Amino acid sequence: MIEHAVPVLASSELVPAAAEIFIAAAACVVLLAEVFLPERRRGWTFVLAMLALAGATWVTSLVAMPERTVVLYGQFVADPLATVLKLFTYGIAAVSLLYSRDYLRRRGLLRGEYCVLTLFAVLGIQVIISAGSLLTLYLGIEILALSLYALVAFDRDNGVAAEAAMKYFVLGAIASGTLLYGISIVYGVTGSFDLGVLAVVVQGEAAGGIGLLLGLALIVVGVAFKFGAVPFHMWLPDVYHGSPTAVTLFIGSAPKIASFALAIRVLAEGLGGAVDAWQDMLVVLAVLSLAIGNVVAIAQTNLKRMLAYSTISHVGFILLGILAGNAAGYQAAMFYTLTYVILAVGAFGVILLLSRQGFESDELDDFRGLNQTSPWYAFVMLLLMFGMAGVPPIVGFWAKLQVIKAVIDIGLVWLAAFAVLMSVIGAFYYLRVVKNMYFEEPASREPLQAGGAFRLVLSLNGLAALALGLFPGLLLALCAQVLG
Amino acid sequence: MITLAHYLTLAGVLFAIAVAGIFLNRRNVIVLLMCIELMLLAVNFNFVAFSRFLGLLDGQVFVFFILTVAAAEAAIGLAILVVLFRQRRSINVEDLDAMKG
Repeated sequence: MIEHAVPVLASSELVPAAAEIFIAAAACVVLLAEVFLPERRRGWTFVLAMLALAGATWVTSLVAMPERTVVLYGQFVADPLATVLKLFTYGIAAVSLLYSRDYLRRRGLLRGEYCVLTLFAVLGIQVIISAGSLLTLYLGIEILALSLYALVAFDRDNGVAAEAAMKYFVLGAIASGTLLYGISIVYGVTGSFDLGVLAVVVQGEAAGGIGLLLGLALIVVGVAFKFGAVPFHMWLPDVYHGSPTAVTLFIGSAPKIASFALAIRVLAEGLGGAVDAWQDMLVVLAVLSLAIGNVVAIAQTNLKRMLAYSTISHVGFILLGILAGNAAGYQAAMFYTLTYVILAVGAFGVILLLSRQGFESDELDDFRGLNQTSPWYAFVMLLLMFGMAGVPPIVGFWAKLQVIKAVIDIGLVWLAAFAVLMSVIGAFYYLRVVKNMYFEEPASREPLQAGGAFRLVLSLNGLAALALGLFPGLLLALCAQVLG
Repeated sequence: MITLAHYLTLAGVLFAIAVAGIFLNRRNVIVLLMCIELMLLAVNFNFVAFSRFLGLLDGQVFVFFILTVAAAEAAIGLAILVVLFRQRRSINVEDLDAMKG
């Protein structure tokens, strides 16, 4: 009689995943609290969600692994990269919740479900960051995407938001299907989902096979969609424009960290042996994203839509770092992602700061004469816009410099020159915002309605962009350490 | 004798029909949701065929996860559809044009 070895799951295997378990449990607690709290105490769910993010920060730093550790039969990876990206995600999610609070309350949207969906999105990002196999990766992507679809449609009385949600949903589902088709083919060629096993197999004889190439191409399409790289960017402007600004703020920030982690886990770790094949694909995506993103952004009059196209161009830069295919390139891409997320959170935060009851403040003209009505926040916006444009000494300059350096180091000088040219074009529309704020007459002189905590964090957000630009060494060293 | 190639061709054809359905359909959002479902099922076909012919089980495990996710996805898609219908009184794809682009 054959003895079947029943695998036993040691409870110590669950320890590296403690932060994910904590967030999942916390999201359920917030959901229950929403049900049982009386109507006037509903504000507590927001506090609970903030506490959950703080708790997750504590748990993550408690179980942080100094070395790469693979648990749960290869499904889950805990390494310093995962720790850093997760801590960043919690911070960004907490800041975006804080910025959103007044906006949501004024529109009657500050409900427990909003906090629950945000927490589940954070869970999805965590799972993507720690994915050790294509199965975990797919589940993480879906947890994140399904939460985001619901968040976009959260304002039920807003027809534009519902339309944006439908477009996002359909295109997102096509991308998931394409990614899955790619995964199935890669599975057929290699016989494994495990990224560690894939890395070994792809290094070997299978690297040049047409089957693997087809699977790889389909996976790159899926990754490009999640990033919002041209030509898979169709959803991005509509979703940014149509969603309530608070949701745009969240979609525009934390999920970018997930996209970066996705690209690193699949392309760099799993399919690193096929770098020659995906490098060419990413070059095409990066060139198109830089060109379309920067040029179309000039034509926009809505600030949210302009920032959507600006996101597309920044995605082009992140892809430049990744396509370098070496440690320096990945570090540059990580630095770019983290600093871009800080800038994006701040820029959408300023839109939220200026919004009032019945006034979205998302048109470029709404920023006219901001310097006269509130000079400090005009200055904060100036720092953020200069940061995105890449003007020294704000942090965006260093990010662009690192990425371009990585591209030159692998001999693609034309690509670097193209990226510089495109960022010069891009500077035009960022400077137009600055011009509106400083050299135009204000349309209205309504006082700001935001609370003290919001103002404080937003000011720190702007100053962080400046401080990181003056002292980029710390964050650069961190990126070098975790991706060494 | 039915070989792996037959299964893969069938899955490929189903996937192509689903994609064509999404891009050619100009009438009804519900048909879009059905196409998305078909797309995921085509992928499941691939997984099961590879799993059978490679003699490995994990492909079939993946299928269970995809089926679960597809159910969740259909729920969210229909929920968004209900919200959309309450706003527009229509589920015509061509009416989804409030935003340019």
